[in-house]
Amino acid sequence: MNDLSAGVMAAFGLIFNLDHNLVEISLRSLAVTFSAIAIASLIGLPFGAWLAVTRFRYRRVTIAILNALMGLPPVVVGLVLYVLLSRSGPFGVLNLLFTPTAMIIAQTILILPIVASLAHQALRELWFQYHDLLISINTSKWQRMGALLLDGRRSLLTAVLTGFGRGIGEIGAIMIVGGNIDHLTRVLTTAIALEVSKGNFPLAIGLGIVLILLAILINIAIHILSRTEREGTW
Amino acid sequence: MVTSILPLKLEEATVRKGGSRILGPLDLTLDGEGCTILLGPNGAGKTTLLRLLHGLDRTSGGQARWATPREEAYLRQSFVFQSPVVMRRSVRDNIAYPLLVRGVGRKEARERAVEWIAHVGLAGADDKPAQILSGGEKQKLAIARALIIKPEVLFLDEPAANLDGTSTRDIEALILRAARAGTRIVMATHNFGQARRLADDILFIYRGRIHERGPAKEFFAGPETKEAETFIKGDLLL
Ligand SMILES: Nc1ncnc2c1ncn2[C@@H]1O[C@H](COP(=O)(O)OP(=O)(O)OP(=O)(O)O)[C@@H](O)[C@H]1O
Ligand SMILES: [Mg+2]
Repeated sequence: MNDLSAGVMAAFGLIFNLDHNLVEISLRSLAVTFSAIAIASLIGLPFGAWLAVTRFRYRRVTIAILNALMGLPPVVVGLVLYVLLSRSGPFGVLNLLFTPTAMIIAQTILILPIVASLAHQALRELWFQYHDLLISINTSKWQRMGALLLDGRRSLLTAVLTGFGRGIGEIGAIMIVGGNIDHLTRVLTTAIALEVSKGNFPLAIGLGIVLILLAILINIAIHILSRTEREGTW
Repeated sequence: MVTSILPLKLEEATVRKGGSRILGPLDLTLDGEGCTILLGPNGAGKTTLLRLLHGLDRTSGGQARWATPREEAYLRQSFVFQSPVVMRRSVRDNIAYPLLVRGVGRKEARERAVEWIAHVGLAGADDKPAQILSGGEKQKLAIARALIIKPEVLFLDEPAANLDGTSTRDIEALILRAARAGTRIVMATHNFGQARRLADDILFIYRGRIHERGPAKEFFAGPETKEAETFIKGDLLL
């Protein structure tokens, strides 16, 4: 309990003093996860829509695999990516290991199946409603996907935010490929792990609280920006 | 003058669903002008026939052929569903959508949608989300959305089922106007008054087959088959 209250105090201290380090690693956390979610959305949302409107032979298998990939163990993703990016690996020449880029790649891999799968689930229901109409209007496959993505944007927001939540709190993969290097690849989660290993629990908890607040704040901000709550109908 | 997509010809066409034949085999040629009304008891196959004609259901046997290639024919026809489907967007954007699909610019499409909003009596609903409309209002939206492309053939599946008297009259006027402008109308209804007001000829559907076909006047004056007679009488008895 002492550690907890000390942690709350530490969190307030960090926030009110706008601690330089805290601001830096928070911004890096956001930059990495925002980049990952942007890439994952760019690929995952259209893919989810495509899955919803397309019937092909291995559709069920594809969906099953996609759902399974939602639970990819971050440590394993980090490990594989580490091997690929390390000097002796196939992409070693790119010199990406221990850079924010490597962290973005890792998180994109983790988030993409989540965004795609949740998008598919949401749009599948919408497609069920729209199916006859969009065929009747003689839409092309691209137009169908477009209509689903546009009209389903509310539920897609949930998919994106879920992916964001997974990314911002993730540590297993980015620790391995990022290396938690001060001023270069240290983010909130890896900083917390470091403080814990040093036995500095109050600071670790303080950082944890900042992390949670940040996640909540982002969610609220996006909901307000998209006016989901006010317009009511989903 | 562009070549007509009509006649539409069905030859030995059948539709199977869930393992059994629910329509056909039937031969039918749809040509000329005017308004054909499909009558028949519940479950007779009216919706199935309309969907087959429109290309929403495929033939399981036989064939359905338009006078032009499919892709062209599909661009020049509309369908109004038995239960209206609305998209999660504003009334205006719902009605404008078929134009957008056909490559009309957003601005022009919206302007024409606004005109149609007035035609169908939805004035003032332009920016409302379509999902909050009442059942009858949704039906009107669906009709505006169907007519906005000036279709050569218009299929309607009980379009007035949810409408009150005044709205029914409004919709019928729209349908008649479209018919006079040269749109070929094919419509299913359970409303005999409506059938009498609109029909040039009647297709009486019974157990998945075209049981009787003829000019509306003759059909109502004295149908040829016993089943059709019973069907009309049934209505009078109610
Ligand atoms: N997907 C399906 N699988 C099995 N049977 C079906 C399917 N769709 C329709 N049917 C059956 O086909 C028959 C014709 O249905 P249809 O909807 O065409 O009738 P309808 O004449 O439009 O009736 P209503 O006046 O009630 O609208 C019905 O008996 C129905 O149960
Ligand atoms: Mg029906």
